[in-house]
Amino acid sequence: MDETFRHIGKKKARVDALDIVTGKAKFLNDLKFPEMLHGAVLRSPHPHALIKDMDKTEAESLPGVRAVLTWKDVPDWRGGTPRYTRILDQKVRYVGDAVALIAAEDEEIAREATKRIRVEYEILPGVFDMDEAQKPDAPQLYEQFPGNVVTPGMPFFGPKSLREVVMGNVEKGFQDAEVISEGIFGYENIPNPIPLESPGAIALWEEPNHLTLWVSNQASYMDKITLFHVTNRTVNVRIIGGPCGGSFGSKFMSWQIQCYAALLSRATGKPLKLVLTKEEHLATFTLRPASRIHAKVGMKKDGTLTAIQGEWWIDTGYYSMTTQAQVAVGCGELQIMAQCSNWDLRTKIICTNRNASGIVRGFGGQELKCAFIPLLSLAMEKAEIDPLEFLKKNFVQPGGGYFWRDGIWYDYRGIDYRKVMEEGAERFGWREKWKGWLKPTAVNGPKRRGVGVGIHGNADIGEDASEAYVRLYPDATATIHSCVTEHGTGQITNYIRMVAEVLKIPMEWVSLTPADSMMTPYEFGPAGSRGTYAIGAAVIAAAEDAKKTLLELFAKKMSLQPQDLDTEDGFVFVKARPDKRLSWKAMSVDRTITGYGRFEPDYSLTNCMISFVEVEVDTETGKLILLRVVNATDVGRIIDPPGLENQLNGCLGSGGIDSAIFEEMVLDRKRGYLLNANLIDYKWRSFLELPVIKNVVLETPMPTHRFQAVGVGEIATSPGPSAILMAVSNAIGRWVHHYPLTPERILMALRGEEAQG
Amino acid sequence: MSNPYHCGYNLHSKTLHTASPGGGLKKTRQSKIRLHVNGKLHDLEVGDKPHQIKPSHTLAHTLRETLGLTGTKLSCDEGACGACTVLMDGKAVLSCMLLTVECHGKTILTIEGLRNPETGELDPIQKSFIEHTAFQCGFCTPGMIMSTKALLLKHPHPSEEQVKEGLSGNFCRCISHYHVLEAIRALTGEKGHS
Ligand code: FES
Ligand code: FES
Repeated sequence: MDETFRHIGKKKARVDALDIVTGKAKFLNDLKFPEMLHGAVLRSPHPHALIKDMDKTEAESLPGVRAVLTWKDVPDWRGGTPRYTRILDQKVRYVGDAVALIAAEDEEIAREATKRIRVEYEILPGVFDMDEAQKPDAPQLYEQFPGNVVTPGMPFFGPKSLREVVMGNVEKGFQDAEVISEGIFGYENIPNPIPLESPGAIALWEEPNHLTLWVSNQASYMDKITLFHVTNRTVNVRIIGGPCGGSFGSKFMSWQIQCYAALLSRATGKPLKLVLTKEEHLATFTLRPASRIHAKVGMKKDGTLTAIQGEWWIDTGYYSMTTQAQVAVGCGELQIMAQCSNWDLRTKIICTNRNASGIVRGFGGQELKCAFIPLLSLAMEKAEIDPLEFLKKNFVQPGGGYFWRDGIWYDYRGIDYRKVMEEGAERFGWREKWKGWLKPTAVNGPKRRGVGVGIHGNADIGEDASEAYVRLYPDATATIHSCVTEHGTGQITNYIRMVAEVLKIPMEWVSLTPADSMMTPYEFGPAGSRGTYAIGAAVIAAAEDAKKTLLELFAKKMSLQPQDLDTEDGFVFVKARPDKRLSWKAMSVDRTITGYGRFEPDYSLTNCMISFVEVEVDTETGKLILLRVVNATDVGRIIDPPGLENQLNGCLGSGGIDSAIFEEMVLDRKRGYLLNANLIDYKWRSFLELPVIKNVVLETPMPTHRFQAVGVGEIATSPGPSAILMAVSNAIGRWVHHYPLTPERILMALRGEEAQG
Repeated sequence: MSNPYHCGYNLHSKTLHTASPGGGLKKTRQSKIRLHVNGKLHDLEVGDKPHQIKPSHTLAHTLRETLGLTGTKLSCDEGACGACTVLMDGKAVLSCMLLTVECHGKTILTIEGLRNPETGELDPIQKSFIEHTAFQCGFCTPGMIMSTKALLLKHPHPSEEQVKEGLSGNFCRCISHYHVLEAIRALTGEKGHS
């Protein structure tokens, strides 16, 4: 069906643009309520300790302080998977663990009060490495996790939730292999995606058990569900979401901050705001999980994979909330890019005394693949195969399939992405620049250039359920009821765009309710790349349902059949005689029409992004410069051209490509301190260091979506980091396998020394 | 044609009140702080009460909490990210790094004051940011726009390098940089490339 569109694919201003450029947009910290108090958290200076005694009297007597809560004062609310992590505990497990919560009249007083609480600790030895943590005499973080191995707990995705990929016969696969590579590889870098807006919450507790939370998160409705479980199903939670100043996955889960605010509001009877300082955000909020693989792959000379075997270890920090789920999705994502008949890949989640891992721009796949592609590269070198050919050969194609997160096998029913891989290669000039493994593209004195390529596909585009209502009014306006907030992707504008397209009305006539869980139906939220397909499909279905009811109503009024009618610009008209029409006003003022739409999960499709990078390495100083990036993807149909371009440019930051170059949280693995927990020491990319980015976007219609589209937002960051390692290895003629490639690591590799970390 | 970056009133001629002789604060403790913000005069008392300015308050805090101008964003609160950029006497400053009591007599322009106060018309920078979707989450945007404003007041036709230099203190985590550059390029025209 070749339709012409009035809104889809057109460059339109974002609906929130005026608010953003005039400073009117109200982010969480911009909200104020009468009598509102402010919260602060006293945090542990020790990575592992028992609280022996506490004296809070001095803090309590400070004028302006309203409440001081310690582990003794709070109910047994718990998070984590399984739920073993108490909201405040007698034991602290990382530098920054919460010890006491303070409510005060202003933030300054609250922070001052944290200094006036006397705590006596019994210091316990800490453990900061996955190998160490599993040794028999290692310090134990939880008695429930012997050996610090996190038991699976509640399976996230049903009883068969994916924990391993086991199929075929790996022994036979290795016998059939012509080349084999084996070793230990890691993506142990633990960047913080650091959205500019720090995490926070405003809570209002009303007795006996009603909690209203104002949040600026990625998935407002899910906060309601998470908190319900954390509070042992005792609290009735209403969530009101507002604009989110960046999340990159991280704010999908803010249960601790939300509980701190809730407990302080409960203790004081007042609304209470708690926002982390930037240091707290960096030092105590969730980081990317650290990955290490011990693995072996077998391959034919033509790049056909014959066997994949190994263990994937994940350091989750002091507890895990979503790590099991990330493991499940990561195992699925690896299969998408590495189709192979024989697998034996096991996983293990380990806890250590640093802050917890959570969601960071990706959900397991980037973590696993950034460790795995260097291993594959060694085999490709032996087979003397061009990585582009390898990726084209092994990425899932129609006829292929994968076990997805629920442990179920899905036959892939999407498109063949080899076309876009070729297109990207062409635009990058891959064939001219690729000189073979460990061979530079160009050498100019001490400066050497190299190229690399990476790929990513994720079946999360259709993950989880979404629901929406679309309500039509007689004045020809429409309101979408959906629990989504804007976190930067422009998707709110796009849902308005999709509904306006279905109803054929101007976008200005369509609005979206606030993300209030009391007003909207269930919504998983714009996580992964599900926004366009999953949320979009629910919103579109609701609009179509409403339109159907509208036409049925007007068919009666016009003594015709609904299929004879259509609607445009607030008029219902007879298709055969468009001049015969009736305004929506004929609904009469005492009526609204509500349509309902639901999206059921669909894991049989994936998106695809291939990224080519060119770097320059100064072999005298070790400095690495990213010169150029070409991202290529096929999105079915472009819904929002500038929004898509923005998302693809996002490949650099928030734990993306730059996590291979300079971006990292530096953990002191003896004392458990994060050494760069501030924006001065944490490295970020400025305007002066921008590489050239070219985004190649194809539009091969995908019949699964009303407008033939799929989302790609999340995966923009994923192919890049391993491509950087590949490019640098080629530039300097030696393998480099550690993230990020600081000048020191590059110089070590040039000297032939093994880098650590 | 008048300068397209004119924002409704002249920033340079608005030095309203000179600080008291001898620099005021250093010698005698000021009990009132006079700020001229977005064309409005504010006489603020110094003290410990909720409505007063504590000597520890930053300009960012005063703008946001006392004057309710929450368009100015706070992120690092230590001079590292540019989110809190405002104009003081026509120059870009980090409002988290200034104590309000040091700002007596100053003229401040925040994102809320950028549109023409009489007609409500947007500043050309604001229009261009909308036109080019030069933001994603939008949290860095007020700071970006104010840095751009300061830059264009100084160099109406900046080179690409001057633009990058002028914005190099503004952190954007969504990587909206490329669209910001396009938005500015569209304003400064081809000449800007020299
Ligand atoms: S908040 Fe002022 S520079 Fe970051
Ligand atoms: S647009 Fe999100 S930080 Fe710049």
